[in-house]
Amino acid sequence: MSKRTNKLEAINLDAYYGDFQALKGINIAMEEKNVTAFIGPSGCGKSTFLRTFNRMNDYIEGFRTEGEILMDGRDIYAKEVRVDELRKEVGMVFQKPNPFPKSIFENVVYGLKIQGIKKKAILEEAAEKSLKRAALWNEVKDNLNKSALALSGGQQQRLCIARALAISPSVLLMDEPASALDPLSTAKIEELIYELKNDYTIVIVTHNMQQAGRVSDNTAFFYMGELVEYAKTKTMFTSPQDNRTQNYITGRFG
Amino acid sequence: MTNSDINRLKDKAFQAFGIFCTFIGLVVLGIFLFDIILEGVQRIDWDFLTTLPSRRASRAGILTAWVGTVWILVLTTLIAFPLGVSAGVYLEEYSRKNKLNNFLEINIANLAGVPSIIYGLLGLEIFVRQMRLGNSLLAGALTLSLLILPIIIVTTREAIKAVPRSIRDGSYALGASQWQTIWNQVLPASFGGILTGIILALSRAVGEAAPLIVIGALAYVPFTPASPLDEFTVLPIQIFNWTSRPQGAFQTNAAAAIIILLIITFLLNGIAVYLRNRQQKKIKW
Repeated sequence: MSKRTNKLEAINLDAYYGDFQALKGINIAMEEKNVTAFIGPSGCGKSTFLRTFNRMNDYIEGFRTEGEILMDGRDIYAKEVRVDELRKEVGMVFQKPNPFPKSIFENVVYGLKIQGIKKKAILEEAAEKSLKRAALWNEVKDNLNKSALALSGGQQQRLCIARALAISPSVLLMDEPASALDPLSTAKIEELIYELKNDYTIVIVTHNMQQAGRVSDNTAFFYMGELVEYAKTKTMFTSPQDNRTQNYITGRFG
Repeated sequence: MTNSDINRLKDKAFQAFGIFCTFIGLVVLGIFLFDIILEGVQRIDWDFLTTLPSRRASRAGILTAWVGTVWILVLTTLIAFPLGVSAGVYLEEYSRKNKLNNFLEINIANLAGVPSIIYGLLGLEIFVRQMRLGNSLLAGALTLSLLILPIIIVTTREAIKAVPRSIRDGSYALGASQWQTIWNQVLPASFGGILTGIILALSRAVGEAAPLIVIGALAYVPFTPASPLDEFTVLPIQIFNWTSRPQGAFQTNAAAAIIILLIITFLLNGIAVYLRNRQQKKIKW
């Protein structure tokens, strides 16, 4: 097997909300076309960390970072980086499905339209491709003009994944993508993640240990703003090195 | 009597009092409407709507008044809509918390409470005299725009605030800029609410006489205005004028004109309620 390259990297990353330090000296490197799971109790900083990769925290007043975040070796917080360009590379799926109050079709092509692409043929092709990729095409292909709000929760979340894929990112950030869904829809999303890692570097935040075990190659355990342990998922779940990790994954706190 | 009996009695008493209070307003409005309709309705016919004002009550019509009112409505909408919505969008989406914005916000809230005649004086000085617009439709519409701007700004902000964070996040995450997010997501999702606010503001502007009298809108205009720079009158001024005449026949005319004005206001309010209901049905977050 060829050596994988590091897609995402954090070097001595600190993050602050005003005076509160949410992340403390994080160092981590995530390989290309791999799934990395972030686990840890609520408030441990895992979502904050996830959102630094597409700079979604920029809008929060008082938020700032120190240290570096690299994608393909380049600092994404550098001055010359344009946030909209970054987000074309780094797609994001949120905890609660958040389709726009528009048709299914309009949802999928929104990112492309934002970029100024207007040709119907291109949009239609991209919509079909993305919906197929997100395993939603067969369920909606006859109703593309139906409101996205009429879909079930699981379908909405897959639509949000399709929407993210439509602008051809190389990284997909998922912030507890299945926590608001029923078990069947969750299974579908997990299956999808397994499929997608052939082409995308995926980072997923989850509260669900079993889910982390099922879908991820590597797992990072965060606690109180620190990265406590980072290892192959199998290793982490069978022989955690740190006491806190062991206590968390065995359900002693959380 | 036990304590609980007393409490229940108090409950009942307050309920009765509440019903009484609610009905006072309704009953007074009902009596007023009944009185007006009884007096004015037989005066309303095609001629009343299509003839010019006259010194003889039986031949006077409200053509210039209602045409003036429609002109004012349209011009005020064209001026106040873009200004008010833009200001609302700025304050809600762009402005950061600092002293200047705090000052702006407090003042906008205060402006909503300024008596309308003050706006008339402001309009007289700025639009009529400084800008030399004279007592034209444009000067009137600008004055009324100032009057309803605070209402539009406040309702726009409320409507924008109701659009959930998650929709904006979704848009930003796909690489949209702030303006693209506002234009493509926030404004369409809040449009029903914004429109409702504007219509309610307009229905207030339609009933205003004081600020327009101050800027010199005339009660007797023997022609219908043809351009925004023409002199004009509106229904409330015509009504005010007729009610101040001693002859009974003019009172009847005033009552008839009030009915027409009420119909316009109720129509506007009806549209606002309809839009609000439709919006609530269409979008459930």
